Amino acid sequence: MNKQIIFTIDQKECTSEAGKYIVDAARENGIYIPTLCNYKGVKPAGSCRVCTVKVNKRHLTACTTPVAEGMEIELNTTELNDLRKAVVEILFTEGNHFCPACEKSGNCELQALAYRFQIMAPRFPYQFNKRDVDASHPKILHDHNRCILCKRCIRAVKNEEGKSVFTFENRAKKVHIKLDEKLGDSLTDELAEKAMEVCPVGSILVKEKGFEIPIGERTYDKVPIGEMLITDK
Amino acid sequence: MIENKIQKILDKFNRDKTRLMDILLHIQSEIGYIPQTLIQPIADGIDLSAADVLQTISFYHFFTLKPRGKYTIYLNNSIVAYMMGREKVAKVFEEECGCKFGEVTEDGLIGLFDTACIGMSDQEPAALINGKVFTNITTFRAREIIRDMKQGRKVEEMFATTFGDGKNASPLIRTIVRNRMKRTGPVLNMSYKAGNTLLKQVAQMTPKEVINEVKLSHLRGRGGAGFPTGLKWEFCRRASGEKKFVFCNADEGEPGTFKDRVILTEKPEMLFEGMTIAGYAIGAKEGILYLRYEYMYLKKYLEDVLDRLRKNNQLGPNTANIKGFDFDIRIQFGAGAYVCGEESALIESSEGKRGEPRNRPPFPVEKGYLDYPTVVNNVETLCSVVRIIQNGGDWYRSLGTEESTGTKVLSVSGDCRYAGIYELEWGFTVSDILEMAGAENTLAVQVGGPSGALIGPDDFNRTLCYSDLATGGSFIIFNESRDILRDVVMNFTEFFIDESCGSCVPCRNIPTLLKHKLEKILQGHGTEKDITDIKEWGNMMQINRCGLGHTAANPVLTSLKNFRHLYEDKIQKTVEFDSGIDLAEAVAESCEFVDRIPKF
Repeated sequence: MNKQIIFTIDQKECTSEAGKYIVDAARENGIYIPTLCNYKGVKPAGSCRVCTVKVNKRHLTACTTPVAEGMEIELNTTELNDLRKAVVEILFTEGNHFCPACEKSGNCELQALAYRFQIMAPRFPYQFNKRDVDASHPKILHDHNRCILCKRCIRAVKNEEGKSVFTFENRAKKVHIKLDEKLGDSLTDELAEKAMEVCPVGSILVKEKGFEIPIGERTYDKVPIGEMLITDK
Repeated sequence: MIENKIQKILDKFNRDKTRLMDILLHIQSEIGYIPQTLIQPIADGIDLSAADVLQTISFYHFFTLKPRGKYTIYLNNSIVAYMMGREKVAKVFEEECGCKFGEVTEDGLIGLFDTACIGMSDQEPAALINGKVFTNITTFRAREIIRDMKQGRKVEEMFATTFGDGKNASPLIRTIVRNRMKRTGPVLNMSYKAGNTLLKQVAQMTPKEVINEVKLSHLRGRGGAGFPTGLKWEFCRRASGEKKFVFCNADEGEPGTFKDRVILTEKPEMLFEGMTIAGYAIGAKEGILYLRYEYMYLKKYLEDVLDRLRKNNQLGPNTANIKGFDFDIRIQFGAGAYVCGEESALIESSEGKRGEPRNRPPFPVEKGYLDYPTVVNNVETLCSVVRIIQNGGDWYRSLGTEESTGTKVLSVSGDCRYAGIYELEWGFTVSDILEMAGAENTLAVQVGGPSGALIGPDDFNRTLCYSDLATGGSFIIFNESRDILRDVVMNFTEFFIDESCGSCVPCRNIPTLLKHKLEKILQGHGTEKDITDIKEWGNMMQINRCGLGHTAANPVLTSLKNFRHLYEDKIQKTVEFDSGIDLAEAVAESCEFVDRIPKF
């Protein structure tokens, strides 16, 4: 075990093991830092920027930055909360999200964060990007309209040799998630399930499995995101 | 046949997946493109998935899965190219070829493509044609070039001028590119004797003494970020690792920068000497020069220089007769991605991956190339090191200002009589440089390239130094005939839109949203709210991961700050809200079709 250190989040004194990522250390101290691209047990990417905090006047992602002795972390300031909200708003305008018709509604982290941040309407214009729905795979329905490019599937879904089943293709505005053809063909039921589970939105769905739990009884229908933190610990 | 070739290329790189960039570059230079059918064999050969290989290919501008013509013309679309007549040249290319940019002629002979700044801003319009550089292209030349292509001439037979000055004319380069060294200073002047510092001085010093001398000089990174070089080396020396690496960042992609190209042409020995000194200081045995694809025309020449250094004991086993110091350098080419100039993206790219910047910490000095401690330094920084060791840290610190010591090499281009490179001591004002370059009626200067700041005459008395106007070296001059918003800011913003790696949410989206705002304002639909939105939305860029992300809104934000009147003049003063859509115009076509006149 690494040595215990003391740091603060919004002036509240916290303790944790040195070297832990700020999000995890915060959680141990009962403090929730909103995240979106982060997933337990998977290497953090720091790509959505929702978990941005401020240390020493610098913006850092809490999911990728380790805590250090004496660190003074700003979390719930007006500025930072608005930046986080704006990131979620951008994602709603970048993709094409129709919550009422989405299988993930109620289990969707993007939707849950939008409720948490009380987003009524995004400040940004909708981009109406043309995205594909790919139903060609026997097990997976891939709806790119809902993809927020968080790379969770890339990082979490790997075959037995450790190769990523999903990858990023292209760059800038053209980036999208690609399923490797060969690895996709041999995708096990287990990995398909995992892909759906790690996807924070309804972009990756397992076919013939929809709506097993009715809307209204799903995870975030019962407890808003970030509220189950203590029990989750 | 092709299969055999691929296997040979894979073998050449030991079927090492971290050498994917080299493998792809070789295949593309053999075949002209990377056929889809080869993706799986390549992937199998280096134990990756096909999608892994594709994600690297699709990241880089110059990799292509489709043939781009027997002759491929990459015409630069940076701002200076436009200022020097690119539009007319492009039109001639399109007319003569019968196809548009982004397309290949039906017979597959000629492909026309846009490309970001190719490091020739002092001799625009310029293009890369099958890897060869064509500069100062006029409409007349454009017609000639296409005619030559239709006659099947070799690219090198199409040059219509003598070769450039200095080493540009050497047998291994033979390019028409010109150096235009308008002013050299203590670092780049003629007094350099290749190898002397390394063989005579460094060989007598301990690594610690080398680092101390560099620290004493107060040298800071010349790429733009300005991190103290000595400190970086010390961190890397102290970091534990079985191996260590020195990288030279020669991915000079900031539009308007071309100083590294000139240094690589005229003083490559100095750069390699600097890398070797860095290697000695930190305890590395391998140096890697990450060179942008656009400078591929220097490959043979630079490899020849490295060979000569090996023969002269300036590289190789017991380098400089220092026992156990077996230092060598290889060249790693990029394939067209501005973001790879960011040090961690450069490392990712060198490992055969997409050039996405890494999260920090860990910093490259702790965990860099292949996870080993790595120092990444700019071309100019490494050259300065040679002079620092040669003449002492105290000497270097006596140059420039107290806080910004030494010299800076500027790439000056745009509306001036004497475009080219200028080595100056830090502390010159913008006005000094404008005068030196023979610029008149200057309306604005872009200091530090698109990622820097656009400044107006009120700021021309400001000083170039780390505490005032910091710069990586790009200095683009605009005179009063230029339309700052429509031409300059728009061009830079489009550049950043294309060059984002696409990882961070704000960087992937905000520049495009700002571009739309700017278009709205230019079309006369803007309101005060649009200006506030630009400021607030642009502010989001500070939460991106890397330097590109942090600065990609700068063209809009700094022009708004320093040329606010240009925005104010174009917005509607009495209107609070404007959707940006002209309803009558939007429905005109359908109204005509059904023969109705709409009432609003």
